[in-house]
Amino acid sequence: MKKYASLLMLGAILAGLLAACAPQTVTVTVEVPVKETVEVPVERTVEVPVEVTPTPVDYGKVTFISTQCVPVEEAEKMRGVILADFPGQVEFVPADYATFEDTVLAEVKAGKGTIDVIGALHGQFPTLLAADALQDVSPLLDEVKDRGIPEAYMELGKLGTDTQYFIPWMQATYIVAANKQALDYLPAGADPESLTWEQYRDWAKNIYEATGEKKVGFPVNGLLHRFLEGYIYPSYTGGMVTTFKSPEAVEMWKFVKDLWQYVHPESMSYEFMQEPLMSEEVWVAWDHTARLINAFKERPDDFLALPSPSGPKGLGFMPVIVGLAMPVTAPNPEGGKALIEYMTRPETQITTLREVGFFPAIQVDFPGYVAPGIRAQGEAVTKQAAASNAIPAMLPVGLGPRSGEINKIYRDAFTRIVINDEDIETVLEEEAANLQTLLNETGAPCWPPDPPSEGPCQVK
Amino acid sequence: MNLKRFNWEPYLLLLPSALYLVFFLAWPMFQAFGLAFQADDGHLTLDYMQRMFSDVMFSAALINTVKLIIAIVPLQFILALIMALLMMERLRGSDILVYIYSIPLAISDLAAGIIWFSIFTQRGYLNSLLYGLGVLDKPFLFLNYQSNWPFAAIVLAEVWRATSIVFVILVAGLQSIPRDYAEAAEVFGANWFTRVWRVTLPLLRPSIQTALILRTILAVQMFAVVVAIAGRGMTVLANEAYRWYSEYRSPHLAATYAMFILVISLGTAFVYLRALRVKEEMVL
Repeated sequence: MKKYASLLMLGAILAGLLAACAPQTVTVTVEVPVKETVEVPVERTVEVPVEVTPTPVDYGKVTFISTQCVPVEEAEKMRGVILADFPGQVEFVPADYATFEDTVLAEVKAGKGTIDVIGALHGQFPTLLAADALQDVSPLLDEVKDRGIPEAYMELGKLGTDTQYFIPWMQATYIVAANKQALDYLPAGADPESLTWEQYRDWAKNIYEATGEKKVGFPVNGLLHRFLEGYIYPSYTGGMVTTFKSPEAVEMWKFVKDLWQYVHPESMSYEFMQEPLMSEEVWVAWDHTARLINAFKERPDDFLALPSPSGPKGLGFMPVIVGLAMPVTAPNPEGGKALIEYMTRPETQITTLREVGFFPAIQVDFPGYVAPGIRAQGEAVTKQAAASNAIPAMLPVGLGPRSGEINKIYRDAFTRIVINDEDIETVLEEEAANLQTLLNETGAPCWPPDPPSEGPCQVK
Repeated sequence: MNLKRFNWEPYLLLLPSALYLVFFLAWPMFQAFGLAFQADDGHLTLDYMQRMFSDVMFSAALINTVKLIIAIVPLQFILALIMALLMMERLRGSDILVYIYSIPLAISDLAAGIIWFSIFTQRGYLNSLLYGLGVLDKPFLFLNYQSNWPFAAIVLAEVWRATSIVFVILVAGLQSIPRDYAEAAEVFGANWFTRVWRVTLPLLRPSIQTALILRTILAVQMFAVVVAIAGRGMTVLANEAYRWYSEYRSPHLAATYAMFILVISLGTAFVYLRALRVKEEMVL
C-alpha cells in the first residue's frame, strides 16, 4: 500500500508542476490500480483533477432544498454524482416536509432568503403558493420546451392558475417487488403482471400455508397512507374521498383485514421495503419505486418488478410528480434557473434514474446502460400507467397547509379497523366526519379520481 | 439599601444562564402555550384541546406512556440502588463498574433503540443466537405487534439505556452520607439489610427524590426507543406530538400534546416532592 501511496503523491506533485506551467485548465488523471486480496480483486481509479483557471461559466453558489432524495444514500448521490457536472457550487439541502415548509415560508416572510431552488412533490406546492412564496418560472419554458415534458405534467406545474410555478423534475409511483422464489406460490391461473388484489391475498396465503411464514410486507411505518388513498380505495370504490364510507369501502376494509392475516407482523416497523426484501424477511412487497430500487439494483436477477394489482373498479395507482420551483427570495435567480435547466436535461434525468430511482419527467428512451433491474422497474411503471383499467389518483391538493391531516384520517381508519379490530361501519362513519370537517374547513374541491365538485368535496 | 454597597457580582454571573433559560426554555414554552390555546386569527380557543382528547390515538398513547412508566421506573430504581450499594461496598475492581454502568449514558436514545431493534428483529442477533444454539428451528417474531414482546423489548432497552442516570445520582447521594451512621448501627447489632433500610435509605431520600423526578419526566417524554422498536405498532404521547408536527402538519395540535406532557411532568414532580418530603432536620 505504501508504495502506491508514494506513487500517488508523485503523481500529484507532477500534476501540480504541470499545472503551474500550463496556461489553460489541465486535468491530470493518475491511475493507481489498488489490488485488494480479500475476496475479489477490486480495481480502483483515483482521479486527481487539478484546475488552474475557473471554468468559463460559473453560476456561483446555488442552494437547492428538496423534500425528495432525503435518505442519506440518495442525498450523497445527488451531491456526488447528479449535481457534479453543474457549472457552479450546488448546496443540496435535503429536508423533511415540515422543515422544508418552515424554512421556505420563514425566508419569504423575512423577505430575505438563502434558497434558490425548491424540489418538492406537486402536492406540497399549493401551501407555498398560498403564501406568495413562488416565483413565476415561465421564462424557463423556452429552454425546456424541446424536452418532451408531458403537457399534463406542465399543467400540474401551474397549480390551477395561468402561471407556470414549477417545472416537472422527476416522477415516481408505487409498484410491487417480488422475490422470484415467491412465484412458485402464485394462485393457479394468476398472471403476475396483472394481478387482482384478491389474487395478491391468495398469493400471500399460499406462501404462508406452504412455508409457515408471512412473507408479504407493507411499509406501515413508511408510506402506507398512499396505499390506502391511491391504490386500494380507488381499486375497490373508484374514488378516494367521495366513496370513503360507501358500501364498496366496507367491502374493501373487510378485504384488507382478510389480507392482513398473511402480512408480516413486523410490517409495523417497515419504512423502506427494499431492506426486508433484501434480507428475505419478506418476499413480496408494495412500496414507492425509490424505496425498492436497491433491491433491483443490487440483485436484479432475484427480484421482479410488477404493476400494482387491481380491484373490482380498476387499477388504482398514484403517479407522483416532483417539481422544481424558485422562491421569490432566491438570492441567485440566474443560478437557480440554470440549475432547473440542468436538472431537466436528458443526461441528468438518466443519471437521476440510475442513481436514485426516480423516473424522468421528460421524454427519454431507456438507454442500454441503465441497469436491468431499473429497466424492469421502469417497465412495470409504464405498464401500470398504461393499463386499460388504470385509475390515476392524485396527491391531495387544495388542502393547503393541512394536507398532512388527510393522511392521518386514512391511517387512523386503518389502525382502528385492521389493527384494533373495531367495527368497520362505525369507524368509517366517524372518520368520514373528520374528513368532511377537514374538507369544509379548507374548502378543497374534489381531485382525481373523484369527480370535480362545486365547492368543498363531499363524502357521500 | 445603599446601591453602591449592593453586590452585583453574583447576579452578573447568573445572568448568562438566566438569559439562556429565558430565551431557549421559557420563551418557547410560552409560544407553545400560545399555539395550544390560540387559533390562527389570535382568539383564544379550546378547540385544539378538544381535538386532542377526541383524537383516537390519544387514549392509546396515554395508556402506553403510563404503562411504560410503571414498568420502567421502579425496575430502574431498584436496579440502580443495587448497583450503587454494590459500588459503595468498595469491593476490589468496583471502580471499573462505574465505567461499565455509564457506557449506555453516552449513547443517544435513538441509537439505543436501533441496537435493541437489531437484537429482537426477525433476522436479528437474538434469533441468530437461538437458531445457532438449536433452540429454535425458525426465527421467532419478537416484534410481532400482536404480542407483548415489543413492550418488553422497549422496557429492556430503556432499562439498559437509562438506569445509569439514576445510578449516578444515587452514588453521589450515598457518597455524601458519612460512614459513621452505618458504623454506629453496626455496633448496635444491625445487620446489612437493617442498616440499608433504617439508615441509608432515609438519609438518601433527597437523592432518591431527584432521581425519581428526573427519571419519570424523561420517561414521560420517551420517544425514540419506542419508534425504533415498535414502529407503528405502539404509540406514546411524545410520538403523537412529533407526528402532529412533522407528518400531519398541525403545530397547534403538536403544541397541545406538548402541553399535556408538560402537565403530566409537573404533576409527577409534585407528587414525588410531596411523597418524599424531606424534613428540615433530616437534611445533613
